[in-house]
Amino acid sequence: MLLSLEPRGQQSRAMLWLSPVLAAVLTLISGSLLFLALGHDPLETLHTLLIAPLSDWYGVSELLVKALPILLCALGLAVAYQARIWNIGAEGQLLIGALAGSAVAVNIIDWESQWALALVIISGIVAGAAWGGLTAWLRTQFNANEILTSIMLNYIALNLLLFFVHGALKDPAGYNFPESAMFGDASRLPVLSEDGRVHAGLYFALLALVAVWVLLHKSFLGFQVKVLGLDRRAAGFVGFREKRLVWFALLVSGGLAGLAGVGEVAGPIGQLVPQVSPGYGYAAITVAFLGRLNPIGIVFSSLLMALLYLGGENAQMNMNLPQAITQLFQGMMLFFLLACDVLIMYRPRLKAGLFKRSSAAVSNEAAV
Amino acid sequence: MSVSPESLRLQMRGISKRYPGCLANDRIDLNIQPGEIHALLGENGAGKSTLMKIIYGVTQPDSGEIVWRGKPVKMRDPAMARSLGIGMVFQHFSLFETLTVAENIALAMGRAAGTPKQLEGRIREVSQRYGMALEPERLVHSLSIGERQRVEIVRCLMQDIELLILDEPTSVLTPQEADELFATLRRLAAEGCSILFISHKLGEVRALCHGATVLRGGKVSGHCVPRDCSDLELARLMVGDAEGLESTYAKVQGGEHFLQVNELSWENADPFGTSLRAINLEVRSGEIVGIAGVAGNGQDELLAMLSGEQLLHKRDAASIRFAGEPVANLRPDARRKLGLAFVPAERLGHGAVPDMSLSDNALLTAFQQGLVSNGLIKRNKVVAFAEEIIRRFAVKTPDAETPAGSLSGGNLQKFILGREIMQKPKLLVAAHPTWGVDVGAAAAIHRALIALRDAGAAILVISEDLDELFQICDRIGALSSGKLSALTDTPSTCQVEVGRWMAGEFGANPSPIDQAAANPAPLS
Repeated sequence: MLLSLEPRGQQSRAMLWLSPVLAAVLTLISGSLLFLALGHDPLETLHTLLIAPLSDWYGVSELLVKALPILLCALGLAVAYQARIWNIGAEGQLLIGALAGSAVAVNIIDWESQWALALVIISGIVAGAAWGGLTAWLRTQFNANEILTSIMLNYIALNLLLFFVHGALKDPAGYNFPESAMFGDASRLPVLSEDGRVHAGLYFALLALVAVWVLLHKSFLGFQVKVLGLDRRAAGFVGFREKRLVWFALLVSGGLAGLAGVGEVAGPIGQLVPQVSPGYGYAAITVAFLGRLNPIGIVFSSLLMALLYLGGENAQMNMNLPQAITQLFQGMMLFFLLACDVLIMYRPRLKAGLFKRSSAAVSNEAAV
Repeated sequence: MSVSPESLRLQMRGISKRYPGCLANDRIDLNIQPGEIHALLGENGAGKSTLMKIIYGVTQPDSGEIVWRGKPVKMRDPAMARSLGIGMVFQHFSLFETLTVAENIALAMGRAAGTPKQLEGRIREVSQRYGMALEPERLVHSLSIGERQRVEIVRCLMQDIELLILDEPTSVLTPQEADELFATLRRLAAEGCSILFISHKLGEVRALCHGATVLRGGKVSGHCVPRDCSDLELARLMVGDAEGLESTYAKVQGGEHFLQVNELSWENADPFGTSLRAINLEVRSGEIVGIAGVAGNGQDELLAMLSGEQLLHKRDAASIRFAGEPVANLRPDARRKLGLAFVPAERLGHGAVPDMSLSDNALLTAFQQGLVSNGLIKRNKVVAFAEEIIRRFAVKTPDAETPAGSLSGGNLQKFILGREIMQKPKLLVAAHPTWGVDVGAAAAIHRALIALRDAGAAILVISEDLDELFQICDRIGALSSGKLSALTDTPSTCQVEVGRWMAGEFGANPSPIDQAAANPAPLS
């Protein structure tokens, strides 16, 4: 028997949404096999990983806390990816947002006005957008591949953050720990309820969700972004300005990642630390694709990703599993998603009989 | 035809193939005799492609039987078809541009056939025997389209071939190249090779083919001997009703100049592109001007200049003017505001986004028609606009949300043209408006262009199809190596003369023929 793929001719709407589900199921199965191989009961481990974290309200609130930065980054990435601009730099844009927000916040610790928070947040967004803008500039000015430049800018951002947290922004009264001073209360995002850490960043995320949804589904600007992504020549022939759209997509995507970063330092963390993000910006890439670059889909996929983060911590504490489990699951998820996405355009079919094909048959059919 | 099945080269009996949503082939019978050049005629979407893919083993029929030289066979895949002696030349060539001719052929034939070096001699021999000049050492990217097609054909001929299938082979050739191809095919047939020739150009089918099977809507609508049928009869078999198929349109003079191109020159930075040399051209409101030419003589460059995809510097802005206004430095959307509509040469990937719905594709160029307010898309208006195009231009589609890429070429072209016409342009620039479009749709497109002309629009048509240009254009000229001949009233010229312009025989001086007529050469 031979498994072959036949082109469907047009994309299957059902598979478009089934593929992420299938990918999640395959990830679970492979994960179970892995746990089995490591000598753990798969069902119990999966329970620890995926269900136990949500057993109480605190767990759910932690889930939201983790989901917020991922959601913000992924929403921004969705805008860029719709234009087929492969921004891999959400992590760096997030870190720069956190860094800039912190730089402002530690200088206005004494402020008591509401403007303190606004200033911190805005500086985070602007810095993230500027970091994304660097990629846009390199791409539009020098035609530099944005995948490479945005990845490299991630490392620059991380080292800038470490430089400042070990230097200029280090808390003078902090016993030489690489941490900034705690922010003033006026520049912290207020906590929404007593029994959890969910903070006002939730409102920003909801706002961003609505804004990105309107942008992508209702606005002419979003239409132009999509046309650019699907068909550059068509965009050119009607006069959509490619450079402007590239700038726009990267500024939006950088700005939202910057917001995610400043939301972390002004929210749950409360100061600048070296580990602002456990790779939220990278996770957001998987999340954006898992959510089909659709804002609503991204809400679900970012919740799932947040659950993996929580579960990973849980599994580390309770079962002595390495924290790398989280990254492993992220990786598997993306891998299976990309594999399953083949089924959107192709239908699998079993062919009876094994026969050899001449090289001519292969080369000719590939061209058909 | 009463022939015993044993003497037939290929017989297909009751072939049916269903795809989701359509019956592509419905109980099709087809007979081909040894040494016969058999035409498979039909509109786009009539089922020609499916049928030939079944013969070549690319797809399997749901039912029916293929009889090869009297024996029923099950065509598993192209490799099996080739081993039986069936060769096929696709419309889109499957050649590697960075390899030489011999390397490409060696790749296709597999290791057993030998190294490229070993094959060179045979390639020369085969190409000379059939009158297809081909140098085995040349790199494919340096070959013209016609030469690439020869590589594909020679590749088929290198094996013992008994049936050669050609899918619309002349759509990429100049009239001269097509004639050379026909000579080759006749020689092949005379040696006993059967040829299945897929086309919708009636004239060439009549000139070349011994027999024809006509498909319509997945069914055989008739078998005939093309030589004994008129174009009209053949067209009727293909499309059913023949309304407007044979129309001739009155020629008109036009009014004010709308488009003026003045000494337009442009140096192409692309070494494989064409530079434009001092082009002068004007199109009046209410007339159709046609520009003929073999592909690659500056058509793409001129089109990009007119559409605004390629901008000129502000100081050269006046080299293109719309109603007197300099536009050569304006972007496409600004030119559209001044009344330009544009139909690019490629429907998919340029004129329309394949993965987007028809309504999104309507919005693509019509966004200045009140379909967007405050940056938000008025979805209801867009859909209504798209549905209006579909209704007025009889586009066959389930609805306006169907992706553009799933429409047949003719239907999509009607949609694109409709989209531009509905915007009431003052100037329409259309490239190859009926390229690869079936007879019925082409007639509808011509009628729409004439109606737009009569409504007072200036129209510029760039096409490689001389019949089409002579049918619809009021004035005509030709591009050759980036230079444009003078425009002449269509009735006062002929295809032969335009053919000479296409070959570059024009200039500031009168053409040699006129000169000869004016001052007869003294007899020595």
